[in-house]
Amino acid sequence: MRVNLTVNGAKETVDDVWEGESLLYMLRERMGLPGSKNACEQGECGSCTVYLDGVPACSCLVAAGQVEGREVVTVEGLAKGSSGVDEQLDPVQEAFVEAGAVQCGFCTPGLIVQSHDLIERVPDPSDAEIREALAGNLCRCTGYEKILDAVRLAASRKAEAAAR
Amino acid sequence: MDFLRPTTWADALAAKAEQPDALPIAGGTDVMVEINFDLHRPPALLDLNPIKELATYDTAEAPVLSRGDDPPHPPVKSGWLRIGASVPYTRLINELGDALPGLAQASRTVGSPQIRNRGSVGGNLGAASPAGDSHPPLLAGNAVIEVESAARGVRMIPATEFYLGVKRNALEPDELIRAFWTAPATGAQYFSKIGTRNAMVIAVCSFAIALHPEERRVGTGVGSAAPTPRRATAAEEFLSNELDWDGRTPFSVSAAQRFGELVKEAASPIDDVRGTADYRKHALSVMARRTLTWAWNDYRANKIAGREAS
Ligand SMILES: Cc1cc2nc3c(=O)[nH]c(=O)nc-3n(C[C@H](O)[C@H](O)[C@H](O)COP(=O)(O)OP(=O)(O)OC[C@H]3O[C@@H](n4cnc5c(N)ncnc54)[C@H](O)[C@@H]3O)c2cc1C
Ligand code: FES
Ligand code: FES
Repeated sequence: MRVNLTVNGAKETVDDVWEGESLLYMLRERMGLPGSKNACEQGECGSCTVYLDGVPACSCLVAAGQVEGREVVTVEGLAKGSSGVDEQLDPVQEAFVEAGAVQCGFCTPGLIVQSHDLIERVPDPSDAEIREALAGNLCRCTGYEKILDAVRLAASRKAEAAAR
Repeated sequence: MDFLRPTTWADALAAKAEQPDALPIAGGTDVMVEINFDLHRPPALLDLNPIKELATYDTAEAPVLSRGDDPPHPPVKSGWLRIGASVPYTRLINELGDALPGLAQASRTVGSPQIRNRGSVGGNLGAASPAGDSHPPLLAGNAVIEVESAARGVRMIPATEFYLGVKRNALEPDELIRAFWTAPATGAQYFSKIGTRNAMVIAVCSFAIALHPEERRVGTGVGSAAPTPRRATAAEEFLSNELDWDGRTPFSVSAAQRFGELVKEAASPIDDVRGTADYRKHALSVMARRTLTWAWNDYRANKIAGREAS
């Protein structure tokens, strides 16, 4: 089947989509967007988190056909400018790099989208709010402490930028 | 596989009538797990996302009229909330926490934020898992499920009659769930759930309580401790008579004990990977006493969901 959608601001048409396939599969295997990761395909790990019409969702649990006419933003869509030219990382991405919140990096795209959403909704999140927001994102490497640091750093950077 | 995308409720009912083996998909949080793991390969998926009214709720003016509804549908009164099947848990928590505190508490325990952004009560009812977290508060709150088919119109099914067996519900193959109806809380409501961590946990067992002061009645729902979610009817009757609704005096320790015992007796759990039958029974009696204490303290302080009761 054919699916029409907007991904990271661009209108796209994808052909030969299998009716039972997930949005995650379509993004990774048919659209050249491997940022969202496939680690469980059952909603447990959050590595595949994307925005669907502005709301974070596990893309492995959305049927590709369900995004017809809708808007998806993946981790690839958060930075401004184009890769290798004038790319400007989102403050959340920068904070993850600086805080050392990335080891193998497999969980990172999902955590970045989920943290991005948290800070949009709650500009100055408490530790309890951060833990609650990230409860559906598993990381097997970092022990989470540096991820919490990164979210706190990103929130304060965004607040500074907004105050300027 | 076919992918059906009706854009109106009437078209969805027509599609389900034409292809009864098409599997409805709302949030997809149950359906897609099965498809991803090849546990289920339905001949067609019927996408409910385009049907906007399923993601809305309103305070219903009057009961919907049913064609061929025999026996007459149960009392759904004016002023009750009619909540679309696809309203996701996140919105139940954010928008209906005051009106339906028990369901909001249960919703908060479902999966993770991403799961709650997509998962819905309609999907929980469709899956009809005995461990589904929305079921105990629906039972305790006397919810009624509105289902519809193109051929026979609307059926109003009380939650008590909706769950038929493990992952089996009262839906006919050509029916879809339109909404559930429930009264905004008139008394305190609580939900309690046992699991191994605070997120992403399928209930070992769960319990919901709702006070209905205008009827001098207590509602209950027991989850994950029998083939279906169920009410603890004898416990409800005992406690409704025992409580001092007018004087609002504390209940006795022995009344709370007896209530816990009766809730425990209402369950028929099994041993499985998540817990033993004995543990579940014990935990249920503890949760029953605790939630009763919270609810009755609120009632004595004239509070619902932390606010002054009107
Ligand atoms: C990681 C993870 C964690 C989870 N944790 C919990 C938890 O803690 N507690 C819990 O209760 N559940 C949990 N679940 C299960 C699931 O999220 C819930 O059952 C949810 O309510 C399903 O809603 P949905 O809209 O996603 O349903 P879907 O997956 O879209 O559908 C589920 C079933 O309902 C049917 N259906 C959906 N809508 C309708 C309708 N309108 N009419 C007729 N049939 C319909 C579908 O055909 C299907 O059989 C979890 C799932 C995952 C993946
Ligand atoms: S791959 Fe989607 S949640 Fe793990
Ligand atoms: S950095 Fe390896 S899983 Fe999180």
